[in-house]
Amino acid sequence: MRVKLENLSKRWGSVVGADSIDLEIEDAEFVAFLGPSGCGKTTTLLMVAGIYKPSAGEIRFDGHIVNAVAPKDRNVGMVFQSYALYPHMTVFQNISYPLKLKKVSKDEMQKRTQWVADTMGIGHLMDRKPAQLSGGQQQRVALGRALIKEPALLLFDEPLSNLDARLRLSMRSEIKRLQMELGITSIYVTHDQVEAMTMADRIAVMKNGRLQAYATPEVLYDQPRTLFIAGFVGNPPMNLLEVEVTRENGDYHARRQGLDVIVPLERGKKAADKGTVILGIRPEDVTVADTGVAGEAYIVEPLGRDDLVTVHIGDAIVHVLADPTMGLKMGQNVLLNFNTHQVQFFDPQTEQSLLWTD
Amino acid sequence: MTMFETERGYGVRRVLGQVIPYTVLIISILPILIGYAWIIVATFSMRTHGLMPVDGNGNLGGLSLQNWEFLFTPEIWRVTLNSFGIAIAMVLGVGFISTLTGYALARMNFAGRKTFLGMTLVLHAFRPELLLIAIFQVLLFIAGIPVAGKWFGFNTVGGVAIVMITLELPLGVWLMKGFFDNLSWDMERAALIDGASRFRVWWEIIIPQIKPGIAALAIFNFISGWNAYLIPFTFTIGSKVSNLPVYLNQLQSDTAPTSWNQIAAVGLFQLIPVMIFFIFTQEALLSIYGGGSKGGT
Repeated sequence: MRVKLENLSKRWGSVVGADSIDLEIEDAEFVAFLGPSGCGKTTTLLMVAGIYKPSAGEIRFDGHIVNAVAPKDRNVGMVFQSYALYPHMTVFQNISYPLKLKKVSKDEMQKRTQWVADTMGIGHLMDRKPAQLSGGQQQRVALGRALIKEPALLLFDEPLSNLDARLRLSMRSEIKRLQMELGITSIYVTHDQVEAMTMADRIAVMKNGRLQAYATPEVLYDQPRTLFIAGFVGNPPMNLLEVEVTRENGDYHARRQGLDVIVPLERGKKAADKGTVILGIRPEDVTVADTGVAGEAYIVEPLGRDDLVTVHIGDAIVHVLADPTMGLKMGQNVLLNFNTHQVQFFDPQTEQSLLWTD
Repeated sequence: MTMFETERGYGVRRVLGQVIPYTVLIISILPILIGYAWIIVATFSMRTHGLMPVDGNGNLGGLSLQNWEFLFTPEIWRVTLNSFGIAIAMVLGVGFISTLTGYALARMNFAGRKTFLGMTLVLHAFRPELLLIAIFQVLLFIAGIPVAGKWFGFNTVGGVAIVMITLELPLGVWLMKGFFDNLSWDMERAALIDGASRFRVWWEIIIPQIKPGIAALAIFNFISGWNAYLIPFTFTIGSKVSNLPVYLNQLQSDTAPTSWNQIAAVGLFQLIPVMIFFIFTQEALLSIYGGGSKGGT
């Protein structure tokens, strides 16, 4: 099913939940709504589900406006962060509840519930109450309940936030795989950019109720259109430094106290002679080398595969991923090599990218 | 040897740790226990001397069932039935209205919601005594209405029940609203998306979550309806429509010397249904569902 949001807004008095959201979701697409808490992503999701009534704008399912359609008639399934299982019902009753409401025959209900439960790997827990299940099992019940009515649209509201780290990883890939196999259009709300990046076909980044960007994970990562996206997408986050870009002898130099790096022509010329601009560079694009910018390793945090090193260059702070075998110590003087091919520039006032605005 | 002594030391301390709290508990409830023991003994004896049943000469004995003879008068069964009617009407009436109203107040947004909540709270602060005359006028008015007047007017059990329900509603509504407020929104949203109507969500998903609250409200209302005195005493005339507490009170206002042992018997009789009711509802009172939802609102 195709979903289209047009100028969608939700206000409670002067409080703005969602502000003029415009986006389109293709059939069988997996879209993530990404943003910090309070950014309006859950509000938007609940409007799509039919729980909240939009203050303005339209929601279209396959071209039809569904603003006034009750949740039960929208043919959506939803998984909640809190699981929202019915504690007084058994697993079987929980999963089969949507079928019971549809007045499906007993035999078919039995068959379909068993099938869904087996698919989710909880077929042996049918007589348990939710309180007798682990968090992961509860999440599977919630997923089964959302899937059993074969919805045209699946909504996820931070479904993995209450699981422990290992379970989150395995459920993440399971949900992704299930969505691909069933081909159900899905919207996945999360504040975890790793989840959004790994699962979604496209990501809608939101902030303060507004849509900041709607693009594939690759585009978001390589061509962040705003400062907010640059800082929010990617882990560890992008380094952001105030610099001035000038042209000297045919090269573009980005300079600040203690720092002078040459940036590629194509990117440098868009940031040149604009006074102070913000330079963004990802930690993996800065390496500890034999020559380069001098700094002091202030903090060294071993992450396993890499060491995350916080380096002070003058009064600037740069995060660097370094090889643990180098054995960097806190307080040690280091030289940094900036791989400026992926460097980003932003206007400090408008916070818009100087490279990727149309 | 020393080790043995230390172990014994711990043993003594552990026994003391159990004995002392129980001793304190038993001593503190002893006056109440003695009171109940006296009531039970007194109902089966002519006279009592402390907790000892005695006969006319003050010797041990004098056990008799004559205090229970009231069970064979038609009057007692009529007032019992009336008491029962008022209590059941309160359980059902207050329970039904409070769960619906409480849900609406907790979950829906409508004009005047805040004012309504404030007003009910203020209403609850009024003592029923203050309202007696006003209620009397209302009941007289209802008595003038053709069919309803016969059942719910002045000097009817129905009228008493309605007044009792009305006076108890503010508390019931607030209590239920509190229970609904504590429930997660997600569960309700999930049920709506699953395909339930608003009413079905209330009945099949929400009500089962607050069973302990409903049971608590039911037992409060049963007890207050069963023990109601002021309202039935004020708005009924004669034993045909009065209830047990009013009847009990009349036993001691007779011109003849009061038979305390008989009053004890009627009192014990009055206690039985409350205890039965509690036994049936205590499981619901004590069971509160856990799990099934995490975080969220």
